[in-house]
Parts: sequence; C-alpha cells; structure tokens
Amino acid sequence: MAQVVQREYRSSHIHPLKFALWVGIASIVMMFGAFTSAYLVRRAAGNWYEFKLPDVFWGSTFVILLSSWTLHASYRAFNRGVEHLYKRLLTATLALGLLFVGLQYAGWQAMTAMGATFTVNPSSSFIYVISGVHALHVLGGIAALIVALIYAFVLPFKPTPRRRLRFQLVVHYWHFVDVLWVYLFVFFLVQSP
Amino acid sequence: MAEMTKVAVDSLDTLEEKLTQEMGYDDHFHEHHHGDKYQSNFLTTYIFSTDHKMIGRQFLITGIFWALMGAMMSLVFRLQLGFPEADLAWLKPVLGKWIQVNDAGIGKLDPEFYYALVTIHGTVLVFFVLTAGLSGTFSNLLIPLQIGARDMASPLLNAFSYWFFFLASVVMFLSLFLSTGPFSGGWTAYPPLSALPQASEGSGAGMTMWIVAMAFFIVSALLGGINYITTVLNLRTKGMNLWRMPLTIWAFFITAIIGVLSFPVLLSGVLLLMFDRSMGTSFYLSEIVVGGQILDRIGGSPILYQHLFWFLGHPEVYIIILPAMGIVSEVLSVHARKPIFGYRAMVLSMLAIAFLSFIVWAHHMFMAGVNPFISNFFVIFTLIIAVPSAVKVFNWISTVYGSNFRFNSASLFALGFVSLFISGGLTGIFLGNSSIDVQLHDTYFVVAHFHIVMGVAAFFGMFAGIYHWFPKMFGRFMNETLGKIHFWGTLIGSYAVFWPMHYTGMAGVPRRYYDAGASFDSFRHFTELNQFITVAAIIVFFLQVVFVVNFFYSIFNGRKLTTKNPWGANTLEWTTPIQPGHGNWPGKIPAVQRWAYDYSKGGQEYVPQYVPLREGEYDHGH
Ligand code: HEM
Ligand SMILES: [Cu+2]
Repeated sequence: MAQVVQREYRSSHIHPLKFALWVGIASIVMMFGAFTSAYLVRRAAGNWYEFKLPDVFWGSTFVILLSSWTLHASYRAFNRGVEHLYKRLLTATLALGLLFVGLQYAGWQAMTAMGATFTVNPSSSFIYVISGVHALHVLGGIAALIVALIYAFVLPFKPTPRRRLRFQLVVHYWHFVDVLWVYLFVFFLVQSP
Repeated sequence: MAEMTKVAVDSLDTLEEKLTQEMGYDDHFHEHHHGDKYQSNFLTTYIFSTDHKMIGRQFLITGIFWALMGAMMSLVFRLQLGFPEADLAWLKPVLGKWIQVNDAGIGKLDPEFYYALVTIHGTVLVFFVLTAGLSGTFSNLLIPLQIGARDMASPLLNAFSYWFFFLASVVMFLSLFLSTGPFSGGWTAYPPLSALPQASEGSGAGMTMWIVAMAFFIVSALLGGINYITTVLNLRTKGMNLWRMPLTIWAFFITAIIGVLSFPVLLSGVLLLMFDRSMGTSFYLSEIVVGGQILDRIGGSPILYQHLFWFLGHPEVYIIILPAMGIVSEVLSVHARKPIFGYRAMVLSMLAIAFLSFIVWAHHMFMAGVNPFISNFFVIFTLIIAVPSAVKVFNWISTVYGSNFRFNSASLFALGFVSLFISGGLTGIFLGNSSIDVQLHDTYFVVAHFHIVMGVAAFFGMFAGIYHWFPKMFGRFMNETLGKIHFWGTLIGSYAVFWPMHYTGMAGVPRRYYDAGASFDSFRHFTELNQFITVAAIIVFFLQVVFVVNFFYSIFNGRKLTTKNPWGANTLEWTTPIQPGHGNWPGKIPAVQRWAYDYSKGGQEYVPQYVPLREGEYDHGH
C-alpha cells in the first residue's frame, strides 16, 4: 500500500510516487552513464575493432520514437475522455514496444552475421551488453503497459485522479526509455566509423 | 528539585497535546487505517511488516548478526597473523577442512581460506553492517519519526528493501559452506581473480554467489534510497522546512542521494564482470596465462574495473560515515544541552563532502598505473575533502566546549567518534599524496587508516545511535554501567589494535599476506607487536559480546520508560507514544514551529520543535 497522504499545505504538487520514479530514473541514468564511460575508457586503451552499426537500429529508433508519440496521444485521449482512441493508441504502443524489442534482436543478429560477435572484441561486446540492458528496461516498460492495458479493457472507463496518476507513471517511464535509447544510439553512431 | 522537573515535564506533555490538537496537521490517517490491519498477527507484525519502525529493527538485528560473523572471522585471521606457529586444531569442529592438521597433530589455517576470511570480513562489514545495518536501521527508524510522517513514501518498497537485503545475506551466508569456499579475492573483487573462475578456489562458485548477493544488495540499497529521498522531500509535516530538519535527517538524505547515484555504477561494473566470467567477453581481461594455459581473451582492461568499482567505492565510504556523523551531531547537541554549533555549516559541509566524494575515486588507484599527471588532479580534490571534514570536527568540539555535558553511553560514543574521526582523517591526508602513497599503498598503514576513520568510527556512531534511540525502539533503556564498560574498553582496545598498524605499515608490511610477519626477515621484529594486536582484538571482541548481551537482555528486561521524552530532546520522535503504533501519532501530527536545536534558550533547558516562537524570537530555521 503506497502511503498516499494528501498534504494540502504543500506548495509543490508533484506526487511522491512520481517523484520516486524520477529518483529511480536518475539512478538508471547513472548506470548507463557508467556503461558509456566504460566504453570510452576501454576504447582509448586501444585494441579496438571498428565496425559499422547495422541499419536495423535506425528502424528500431524510429519505432520507439513513434511509440512515444502514440502513448502521448493515448494519454491525451484519456484526459479528454475519448475512450476508444485511448484504448486503441495504448494497444498500438504496446505493439510498437514489442516490435522495438524484436528489431533490437534483429540488430544483434545482423551484428553477429557480419562477424561482430559477442566475444570477438570489447567494441562489439559493449554494444550487446548496453543495448541488451536497455532492452531489459524496455521490457519493464512493456510489463507496465500490459498492466495499463488490463486496466483499460477490464475496468469501466473513468479518468479518476488515481488512474491518471498510474497512467502518468507509465507514460513518464516510457518516454524515459525512449530518450535513453536515442542517447545510446547517437552515442554508438558517433563512435562507429 | 526532582518534583519541579517532574512538573515541568508534565506541563510540556500537556502543552504538546494541546498544541498538536490546535495546530497539528490532520491527515485523517486513522479514519482510513482501522484497527491496524497491517499488524494483526505475528507474521505481519514481526516478519512481513511494512511499518518503518519494525523494518528498522529488522535491519539492525540482521546487521548485528553480520557484525558478529565478521568479527569472529577477524579473530581467526588475527590468530594466524599474531601467532602463526600456534596450533589451531581446536578450531577444526567449526572450520572443518579449512584447518589442516599435520602428522604432528598441529592444526594450521588453510592459506586459501585466510583470503576468503579477509574478503568476506571486508564485504560484510562494509556493505551488510555499516551500510545496511547503520543507514538502513536509522533511516528507517528516524526519517518518518523526525520529519513527522506516518510512514515511508512507499512502505511496500521499503519492506522489499529489507527482503532483498535478507536474500543477499542468505546467499552470502550459504557461500561460506561451499566446498571450494567463499570468494577470496578481496572485498574490492578486482579482476582477474574475480573474473576467471579458474584463478583460485574461491573464484568459482564462491565468486558467483558473491556477485548474486551483491546484486541483491544493490537492489536493496536502491529501493531504500529512493524511498528515503522521496519521503524526506515529500512527507514532512507542516512547518518542517528543510532548514528545520535535524542533522540526522540531512545526513540520511544526503547519504541516500549518494547511494542512488553511485550504486548503479557498481551494478554496471559487476554486470560486465559477469559477462567476462561466464560468456567469454574480455572487458577486463587481456592476454593472460593461467596455470600454463594461454586464454583467448584479448584487449580487456582490469583498470577499467577499478575505475567503476571505486566510483562507487569512495562514495560508499561516505555512505557509511555520513549517517554516523548525523547521529553524532544530534546526540552531542542533546546531551551537551547546547544548540549544535554551526548548523548550516554542518549541512553545507556534508553537501560538499558528498559532491567531492564523486571526484576523488582514483586516489585508490595511484599505484595501479594511472597517469601521474591525472593523479595530481585527484590528489588536490582528495586533500580538499579535509576542509569540510575539519569544519565538522570544529563544530562538534565547539558544541561540546563549555557545556554541561551529560556523560552517558550514547554521548560517550559520540565523543569517541570525534576522536577516531580526527585520528583516521589525519592519516588520510598522508595517503592522499600520491608520492607518499608509493610507500604506503597496500600496507597496514591503509588498513589502520580505514579501520579507524571508517570501521571503528562508524561503529561508534552506530553505538551512539543505538544507546540513544534504544528507548524509542524498545520502550526500555540499556544498562548504563555495561554501556560505559563497553565504551571505555572499545575505545582503548580499538586504538590498541589499529594504532600499531601505522608503524608496521610505514615499515612496508603488506596487507592481505597470510604470513607477512613470519616469512620476511625484515619484518620479524614485529612479531610481538602482532601478538599484542591480536590479544587486543580478542579483548575488544569480548567487549562487543557485552554489548550484544546488554542489547538483547534490555529488550526484555531493561528499565522501562516512564516518560515520552527521556533525554529532554527537541525532535519529534519523542512526541510519539512510548510504544508508537502504526501511523506513529495516535491523533494529528504535531506541527513544527522552530529548528531542532533550541537547547538552553531563554531560561529553558530545551524548547521542543512543536513550541511556537515567542514574540520577537529569532528562528534559525529560515
Ligand atoms: C581527509 C579525508 C581522507 C583522505 C584524504 C583519505 C585518503 C585515502 C587514500 C588516498 C586512500 C588510498 C590508500 C591506498 O590504498 O594506498 C584511502 C583508503 C581508504 N579510505 Fe580514506 N581518506 C579520507 C577519509 C576517509 C573516510 C572518512 C573514510 C570512511 C569513512 C575512508 C575510508 C577509506 C577506505 C575504506 C580505504 C581503503 C580501501 C581499500 O583499499 O580497501 N577514508 N583513503
Ligand atoms: Cu577513497
């Protein structure tokens, strides 16, 4: 049971749970900051194979950006009370999320096919590990989306503050994993020849 | 006289009730939580509790368990160091095959197991005792009570935080029983020893379980930290602005921020280590030969691991010491009956320490082959940490100076903390110079430094907190006489253990050697000193047994509390009932009107935080 204590004397209106989510996001940022710094430190030490990033990753980047947009639109439909749009866009987001994970998998296979295997050199190992851990975070988001979908289809449509809050938590997290991927993708692009 | 104070206390209690009734904050808590459904049976009360006070006690008791385990391990390896010739066959019933008995019937500690003992000793004391046992216990107990909250922001995540710690404990404990022994490559788990299962006995299953335990532990620390930060920022009672928070809360808050930002980095580092171990990657491994066999790993860098480890590792030492600092500030001020000296400087110096702690990590790597010019950068920031540290020491001394100090177990341990922090901080300044570190690195000087400044000092902060808040935790007092014996014995004994190590370290005796004293001619003259250290360590251990007995005996049989506020303290935890139930306050939450340190003010010995400011009175909390 979350301790949802309303405190009307407070001036800031951010809900404690949303705040907690952002603290958690800060720690995920540190984790990926560590990964990408490790990448740079290791690269500077030499013995580093260069290879070109497979094009599939462009596709997955497009898909996850699109999914952020559909989720945002679904949230707006939820607020405006347009039930069918809200449900449809939420479903689309889930589909795009799953597609993203599938495309990442295709990307890893393309890398293996071109000889950049998991163990051949840290330059490719890093990409598998970093994008893999990112994909795990996306799967966490997908789990949250599934819960949101169950809410959407099982419960009667009623935009109560409590449900809006839960939905917001999902939306914030999803946008975060999206932006995180864009950062990682640009990082890899800049590093590869 | 006694009559008069009694009257004064009674009238404060009624004043408190009246004020809370009039101005307190009504969140309608008890209308929603009928009949304490969370604490209705034994399991939900004591085991799967979501109440922050019970979770705090769970952290404490698990921490005490690990402290005893770690201490007993240290006795075994100290016996080896002090008396390498001694017959340890009597330990065989406990240690089994790790004691090798030769034909003459003389039992010797297996060298492999010696390394396992120092490794697990370091790991559990740093992480399980001084992080979970210290910050877990007191953040849980005090954050909601001192800021005026019903519980943590998410009591459920808070319970998870404990249970992940429990899982970590179970896995680490089970690893002690592996036939190849627990991990033995040092608490810092540097590759290649940690990365190659074939590198040593403990590097196989022992290291795997070590990693799993640490991963659980990191999850626990993150869940706890996220909760502490959110609670402090969002659930403070009316009037409790940031500058009115007790220094304990500031300390736990800053500690949690450091933890949330640094533990994930360790997690990244450990993840890469896992891939090196089991998937054949070479993040940390380069061309390497094990047992005459060339491995096909290329291009990895073991230094990379050190960077990732110490990026957490150095902040981690402040994760350990900051809660102790907060506790000491509070305990000293209460028992000196004086406002803490330089409240804001105390907060700002903690923030400065927290910030600096992120940019000094490479002082652990001066001798690892990092560029000496880069070292200079780390030398400078390392030495700058001495400035905020000195500010804090100055303020503690000024708080105590000229006061009517109440000497009791809690306040003595707080004073002891200050002494230890000075002694250990000074040796840090030697180590922080990269050129002096050439001689001192990886010697007993480093062991002496960090045991005094971190190990013993943080324990003193923890003891101060336990003696001081025991009445709040269990509604009874601990025995004072035993407490004072515990204090004086531990203070003198710990100095006796660690002070001589500075000399052996300066002479170059390396740490982590099974028999450095015995097998090098140049160190043979330290034999008696080593025996002295071992005897002192055994005595200190038995003094801790006195503490543990006192602790558990007092839970059931200690002198009972008769008033809510036995120390005459200003903070809010002492406005709750002697045994606070779920939700902490039976009615409204008291509103806060002033900072926490109005002691000996305007003719009154103490003015609690719920008392409104008088006309024209200056409020520190703005
Ligand atoms: C003025 C403040 C301090 C300075 C300048 C300082 C400096 C250093 C340096 C340079 C080392 C590395 C020595 C070596 O390995 O050769 C070191 C080790 C260590 N310090 Fe400090 N220190 C300070 C305060 C502290 C505090 C407050 C703590 C903990 C609360 C602490 C805990 C440790 C630990 C645990 C190690 C050893 C880790 C290991 O190698 O196992 N230090 N210190
Ligand atoms: Cu350090």
